[in-house]
Amino acid sequence: MSNSPPRSQPPLAAPHGGAAASLGRPGGSSERIVQLEVLRYNPDTDTEAHFQRYEVVCQEEWVVLDALNKVKADIDPTLNYRWSCHMAVCGSCGMMINGEPKLSCHAFLRDYEGVIRVEPLAHFPVERDLVTAPDDFMEKLKRVKPYLIPKEEKPISAGEYKQTPAQLMKFRQYSMCINCMLCYAACPEYGLTPGFIGPAALTLAHRYNQDSRDGGRAERQEVVATHEGVWECTFVGACSEVCPAHVDPASALQQMKITSSIDWIVEHLIPGGKSARDTASREDAGDIS
Amino acid sequence: MSRNPLVREVPPTSWFFRHPRYMRYMAREITCIFIGAYCVLLVVGLQRLAAGPAAWEGFLLGLRSADSIVFHLLALVAAFYHAATWFNATQKAMPLQIGEDFVPGNLISGAHYAVWVVLSLVVLFLAGVF
Repeated sequence: MSNSPPRSQPPLAAPHGGAAASLGRPGGSSERIVQLEVLRYNPDTDTEAHFQRYEVVCQEEWVVLDALNKVKADIDPTLNYRWSCHMAVCGSCGMMINGEPKLSCHAFLRDYEGVIRVEPLAHFPVERDLVTAPDDFMEKLKRVKPYLIPKEEKPISAGEYKQTPAQLMKFRQYSMCINCMLCYAACPEYGLTPGFIGPAALTLAHRYNQDSRDGGRAERQEVVATHEGVWECTFVGACSEVCPAHVDPASALQQMKITSSIDWIVEHLIPGGKSARDTASREDAGDIS
Repeated sequence: MSRNPLVREVPPTSWFFRHPRYMRYMAREITCIFIGAYCVLLVVGLQRLAAGPAAWEGFLLGLRSADSIVFHLLALVAAFYHAATWFNATQKAMPLQIGEDFVPGNLISGAHYAVWVVLSLVVLFLAGVF
């Protein structure tokens, strides 16, 4: 592959394949030739995916996304991938980098030696090159009702739903999910059993279940406490290891297994025990951890 | 442009070779075989005990065989690994919040290890080791 002369700043390309531009900057940082091996798939012409090798002159401080932008801007404009914020916030640029689910804007070239293999997120259908179809995740996300379902509706005149700092801390880490789907790419259960609701969606269910303002746990249990819900999870723990937002889905799912088990015991083994729907009303800010 | 997404299947019998974390997971799961086998051995021992002194002596003699000793050593290692993985997991399954802060996870796991040691000493005491 031919290359244009190196530049000191990451090439700035518009997301989703728009026109690329670059800005010069006084030197000082070191350059490096990076070998990228990128999975290519054209749905109009290919029946199989194949790898394509690119040699890219990069700056040492760049991330893999910068190298891909450089490829698209200077070498091969047909390369497709998603990105937006370039700061590990939007969750758009998740890819398999040397087999590990990573945000490509958060994968520094200095951490890799030799050929860097870039593939689309595992366990999702490949639309084109590094672009995957997130439809399944989006559908599952809706099913867990990831929004506040107030215990009781209040008129606006009654004021805001107040919450103490301790009540906030109970669910705060689970609200940090950026829906990047790296946890789905890391989860072998999701890869083997596509019906599994999966780590991020279930963790968001837990996030709202833990919210002192929420009263929707019983509704979510219809999805959560099923074979396709938490009981499909075998606690590999990979979801928590790859999460770029330091959410701990494995913890959320194990906690939900415990509360779901308690629901079952109360409903089936204790005379006069109430169903999960009834017990949900007991679950306020402090009684389940 | 039509959609023609490519589905890349997960190999059902070799996926765990993809990453060391999956190998560690499979190692944890495989320890269950030794735990299960040891439970079967205990049940057989009870059955031999109920069958009378001669049967019990024969069972004890079998336990002293080289194969039995190798199995017990393997089962012991598997039991330690199995227990350690689950005690380490307790901090995820049972986080403890006090006020605005969470109790450090290693304290929760450590408490489980401490209870394990105490209960093991009690069992050894009841068995007449001390």
